[in-house]
Amino acid sequence: MATSTRPPRMRRPAQDPSRAPRRVGFSQTLSRWDVKVSPYLYISPFFLLFGLTGLFPLLYTAYVSVFDWHLLGGQGDFVGFENFAFVFNEPNFWKGLRNTFSIFALSTIPQLMVAVVLAAILDANLRAKTFWRMGVLVPYVVAPVAVALIFGKVFADQSGVANAVLALVGIDPIGWHAQPLPSHIAIATMVNFRWTGYNTLILLAAMQAVPRDLYEAAVIDGAGRVRQFFSITIPQLRPTIIFVVITSTIGGLQIFDEPRMFDQLGQGGPGRQWMTVTMYVYELAFGSQKSFGRAAAVAWVLFIIIVAIGLLNFWLTQRIASDGSATAKARKKVAR
Amino acid sequence: MSAPSLPYVRQTAGAGAARAAARRRRSGGHGSERRPGWVTYLLLTLALAVFVLPIYYAFLLASSDAQTIAQNPIPGLLPEGNFLANVQRVLESDIGFWQALTNSVIVATVTSATTVLFSTLAGFSFSKLRFRGRKGLLLFVIATTAVPTQLGIIPLFIVMSQLGWIGQLQAVIVPGLVTAFGVFWMTQYLESALPYELIEAARVDGASMIRTFWSVALPAARPAAVMLGLFTFVASWTNFFWPFIVLGSTNPTLPVALQLLQASYFKDMSLIMAGVVLSTIPLLVLFAVAGRQLVAGIMAGAVKG
Repeated sequence: MATSTRPPRMRRPAQDPSRAPRRVGFSQTLSRWDVKVSPYLYISPFFLLFGLTGLFPLLYTAYVSVFDWHLLGGQGDFVGFENFAFVFNEPNFWKGLRNTFSIFALSTIPQLMVAVVLAAILDANLRAKTFWRMGVLVPYVVAPVAVALIFGKVFADQSGVANAVLALVGIDPIGWHAQPLPSHIAIATMVNFRWTGYNTLILLAAMQAVPRDLYEAAVIDGAGRVRQFFSITIPQLRPTIIFVVITSTIGGLQIFDEPRMFDQLGQGGPGRQWMTVTMYVYELAFGSQKSFGRAAAVAWVLFIIIVAIGLLNFWLTQRIASDGSATAKARKKVAR
Repeated sequence: MSAPSLPYVRQTAGAGAARAAARRRRSGGHGSERRPGWVTYLLLTLALAVFVLPIYYAFLLASSDAQTIAQNPIPGLLPEGNFLANVQRVLESDIGFWQALTNSVIVATVTSATTVLFSTLAGFSFSKLRFRGRKGLLLFVIATTAVPTQLGIIPLFIVMSQLGWIGQLQAVIVPGLVTAFGVFWMTQYLESALPYELIEAARVDGASMIRTFWSVALPAARPAAVMLGLFTFVASWTNFFWPFIVLGSTNPTLPVALQLLQASYFKDMSLIMAGVVLSTIPLLVLFAVAGRQLVAGIMAGAVKG
């Protein structure tokens, strides 16, 4: 193809020499360059920015983590893995890790279950569809900091709504800020409030893509609505569920805003009951220690944990993908 | 095609099948045709209440005063009259509310505008132009969405302080100029929404690449661009971690200002909640106007099975 288009292009200036062939030639060169260079030019902003604010910082974090590095003093001596050794021997690091995973589990698991059920309800042929969909998304426009302030008041130990309601049904007030588990529940509630509706809509979109003939076949086979939900809807949603789990993992393991705002001091409680890993990174870097080296070490450890969980998710996806093909086979059978 | 009559079903498929068919017809079929009963609406109303009540609760507290709040944990159902007075106090407090509002507006507007522009440019290139390494580069973009950039804050802070940007808005704006999500989103959309014929027509008419982008691709990208713009605006407006680190208290955005409000007035709940409501109102208004697009966009952007 390329050889067939070339001769006419080269001949064209010769056909009509009065028409200033040099200019035509120049604009053609320009146009060729335009076609060649433009694609790279258009995608370059992302790559430049990612290099500057994503990739470079990540690699540089590894570099900083093996130095004695101070917020004000800057780069110090090379210390090898001393920073890592230091944080691994800090009880607060392990507390932060435990708290992060606890809050993450308490938020992701119930949130996902509620979101799936809510999406199934929204999947019906509702009147005023858009109204309901917009309704569940309202919390999404409230900033996490604002959410934390609102729920911080709801879960106040002395004068909070949660304890007042518990008192109405005869339960002793809970020290939401005193014990690890209650504080984790309170913080997970904030996360759930903001993200459940968002995940509901993502799951709803996937649900609407499930072929309706599957349900018809199930009805003919005598399956009830609950059976349909577990045997058709959930298996068909698996890739989307995995997607939601991965995004919640990346966000959830870095949680900072809500626990930071849970009291006015922002240290995660007097006994660090709700201090998360990211809060610990912040404290090491910008708190009293001002040790960028140690903070970078913690950040790098957290990064490795997130990548590891990401790979685990990937492995699960592979397994589930093969399960998915099994249901596809079953579907073919039904169709026949 | 109309459904066979019930006697015919009974005759050909048996009494059980006829009963099942009758039941199915009474309930109006399944899924897409069937109208749900009142239980569904009740459940949805409850869910909506859970989602909206905390915001209303914030407004109730913001319209009350510190003493009333301390005395009675459960507020009345109707707001009291102190909202404007509390707003006044927020505006007069030393957290620099107007400056924070201006900063938030600037940061959110600039980042959403540039994200839309750069993402559409990249999306146009990835979906419609042929160039070497296209597939690999696009894969790379998608892979970067899994990298938690928040973890690079320490070197990023070092870079910003080298540039002398600590406490300045560009330290927040520059890292938000374009996102991997945006590039991926626009690529996906333009792939199907922009016919090659349109691009070819523009090229035949002698339009340059950038001209083609501007007059053909950009208009075609509009629905997805609106959604991406809204999305970025919300994300930028509600972002706390990085502005908190790099801007600090001298030049805050709204979430940072809210943090200052809590740190310095933590006993005065009505004041804090007035700040919460004030910072949320702009986004609620935006959502009321354009929320439909945001919802449609999230619905369209989900990973399909």
